[in-house]
Amino acid sequence: MNIPDTLYIESACRIVPGQAWKDDELIFGQAGTSTESFLVGLYKELQVNYPKWYKMDRLSQLGLLAAELLLPRTLGEAGAKPMDTAIVLSNRHSSLDTDTRFADQLADIPSPAVFVYTLPNIVIGEITIRFGIKGEQAFYLMDKPDWAFLQQVTQALFSEGQVKYCLLGWVDLFQENYEAVMFLVSANAGGGESRKIMNTKNLYQYHEQGAVN
Amino acid sequence: MNREQLIEDLKGQIIEQLNLQQVTPADIKADDPLFNEGLGLDSIDALELIVLLQQKYSVKLANAEDGPKVFQSVGSIADFIIATKAEKS
Repeated sequence: MNIPDTLYIESACRIVPGQAWKDDELIFGQAGTSTESFLVGLYKELQVNYPKWYKMDRLSQLGLLAAELLLPRTLGEAGAKPMDTAIVLSNRHSSLDTDTRFADQLADIPSPAVFVYTLPNIVIGEITIRFGIKGEQAFYLMDKPDWAFLQQVTQALFSEGQVKYCLLGWVDLFQENYEAVMFLVSANAGGGESRKIMNTKNLYQYHEQGAVN
Repeated sequence: MNREQLIEDLKGQIIEQLNLQQVTPADIKADDPLFNEGLGLDSIDALELIVLLQQKYSVKLANAEDGPKVFQSVGSIADFIIATKAEKS
């Protein structure tokens, strides 16, 4: 088994109210609009053209757009096979945004299409369908991003020798508050020099500052 | 509402209920298949259609086995609504 000593941040993205960043570049800005308006605006800006996106709940829409910022349309272009790529995501509000919508419908006939999104890990499922990912997956609930823990989980996945890429991140949405921070991590030692080493300091720094020194 | 009017009404309801943002009523032909080819609906959409029939047209699909035949196209849904309402009255 080839256990990598070092993991690298191939790319990172950050979506905060009104702004979407890839690495340290502002990709899309739309201040003062609702969560829906911003998500639709970013969807159009990225030219995603995936009609199923409109059927998703807002948490899955946010997670899919973050993945769209990071990943090539097919992972094969990056040299990854479906089983090579893992996904580790986390958030604070679970699927509460959709849970409350579903609860509001209970007096009438609730929508099955809303019900299927009343779990936070469905966002992972939507990303795997879109990008053909079939590797290990995990979703953690935590009060705030614990990058030290998430880094350990990611290291453990790579140490088992099955994973070459991991999509690691925080995807949180409730009402008008939303935030996504996602990293594409690899063990590829032969990548570009601009990449940063994946460690707790760099993960926190990108999350808080939008750049890694 | 006659069959043609019902079909037009159904097209609008389906687009709204299933959130088919890039589809217009003119894109849906009465005999086009709704699942797989055609509109490409999936199993969750089938459940949404059952809810739609109950909420908007007060019609229940009593036997799940009838689903594939009833939901074959917008035209077959209209025929099902008309036949069920005729049975009731």
